[in-house]
Amino acid sequence: MALELELISPFDVAKDFALSVQKYTLLSAQSLANFFRRPLYMGDMLQQADLIGVGSLPIVILTGLSVGALLALNSASTLQRFGGITLIGQLVSLGMVTELGPLITGLMVAGRNASGMASEIGSMIVTEQIDAMRALGTDPSKKLVTPRVGATVFMLFFLTIIADLLGLCGGWAVSHLLFGLDSNQYWTSAWQILVFRDVFTGLIKPVLFGFIIATIGCYYGISTSGGTQGVGRSTTQAVVASSVLILIVDFFVTKLIFAVLGVR
Amino acid sequence: MSAPTLPLDQPAPAAGDRSGFALEFENVAIAFDEKVVLDGISFQLPHGETKALFGVAGSGKSILLKLAIGLLAPDSGRIWALGEEVTGMSEEELFELRRRVGIVFQESALFDSMKVWENVAFRLVEEKVPNDEIERRVREVLRFVELERTYDMLPSELSGGMRRRVAIARAIITQPEVILYDSPTGGLDPVTSNTIVELIVKQRDVAKTSALLVTHRLQDAFTMASHEFDPKTNQMIAIPKGQRGNVPMSFMILRDGKVIFDGDMHQLAASRDEYIREYIS
Repeated sequence: MALELELISPFDVAKDFALSVQKYTLLSAQSLANFFRRPLYMGDMLQQADLIGVGSLPIVILTGLSVGALLALNSASTLQRFGGITLIGQLVSLGMVTELGPLITGLMVAGRNASGMASEIGSMIVTEQIDAMRALGTDPSKKLVTPRVGATVFMLFFLTIIADLLGLCGGWAVSHLLFGLDSNQYWTSAWQILVFRDVFTGLIKPVLFGFIIATIGCYYGISTSGGTQGVGRSTTQAVVASSVLILIVDFFVTKLIFAVLGVR
Repeated sequence: MSAPTLPLDQPAPAAGDRSGFALEFENVAIAFDEKVVLDGISFQLPHGETKALFGVAGSGKSILLKLAIGLLAPDSGRIWALGEEVTGMSEEELFELRRRVGIVFQESALFDSMKVWENVAFRLVEEKVPNDEIERRVREVLRFVELERTYDMLPSELSGGMRRRVAIARAIITQPEVILYDSPTGGLDPVTSNTIVELIVKQRDVAKTSALLVTHRLQDAFTMASHEFDPKTNQMIAIPKGQRGNVPMSFMILRDGKVIFDGDMHQLAASRDEYIREYIS
């Protein structure tokens, strides 16, 4: 069978992209506006918080511990060469709280939940359940999107704190058990190095990342077309788009905070 | 039970007065990409009447149902449902209107993560009806479709016919003024199809609900037009031939995006149009 290649005009591609951005922006704005409109589905939000928060806890614990331990292990050899092994607590603390904790947690939750949201809502689209919901007089953006946005933002904030803490524990385990660093010295330096700007940076990011994960997951779910194959495509796209967007937003937020609050 | 009155015999509402019609389409057209699906569709569904809508696959029958309650917006034309103009309504306004209309989707569209009672009670839960009343009404409506035993089951545990009946229960629990059925007997065996047809007739004759019924099965629509529901025996019974004109039932056929027939069973049987004759043969 001869393979026919269809040429797509760059103008059409740009138009489709602009349309997607417009739809995503509208969905995101609507999901936020719904917090101030009745009804607010608190039951659904709690259910999502359980699925997203409690469900993601094992991978967040594992990745937090591993990243902290790896950070300590990799930097210890360099620090040891310059006689600065005592600085390991500072390094792990700063790295985890400002950057790696929010980023790794965000990426892990994106992989687990943006895909889950896209596939769940996508399946509901292809089986006409979303149409049924609308026909029954219920706004799917209020019932499905807003609870997921609220739950992801809320839970990612606390998951990031847990990942930060476990990262520090992982760093302590490596520096104390492998390099013989005094525990008190590790925790004191890890604690003292942190200033308001670091904690603020580390805690504002999960809020933004949570919003990105939920809105992207729901957007790709709602945009699903083409049956079960379409659901698979939406799921993949949701993970890729949310991960890339998290990395881009992370860079610009860090840059913005540096510009506003000053570089350390 | 006395035979239902024939809406076709009732005085026609004055021009511009939409209150006599459950649904009204005026010159409605819709296209997807370059393909015109519906082109200049106009018809009226009087209150209390059931209109069976036929057409080959892809003729836009399901699209027409979605247009009727604003799930899709037409490219041109105007639509009224229960006297209110659907075209031009905001989504918020449409949610209010849709609460007065029931719809049974082609594949039932039950919420698969919810139990049968949660599916049926969905609208009541949204309206914050007290729990004991929800349970009473859900059991009542499940009894109506003869599926009370499935109360705590998941949709995945039900057969195709049972799912359709649950979807009917979900559509009628709030006693809507109009019900839209999208191929309710499609893909079902004759016995199960007959059960569904009986339910539709029961709803038509007992609750006097208006309905727009999309179907491929001509025999189902003819059964509806030639039977009535007897509440005493709780069964559908055949109407003697001379009294069939009293059944509030009409037929509409779509072809190439246009209405080519809209009338009652006698007019359909008497049609000389070659396509229609072939279709009903």
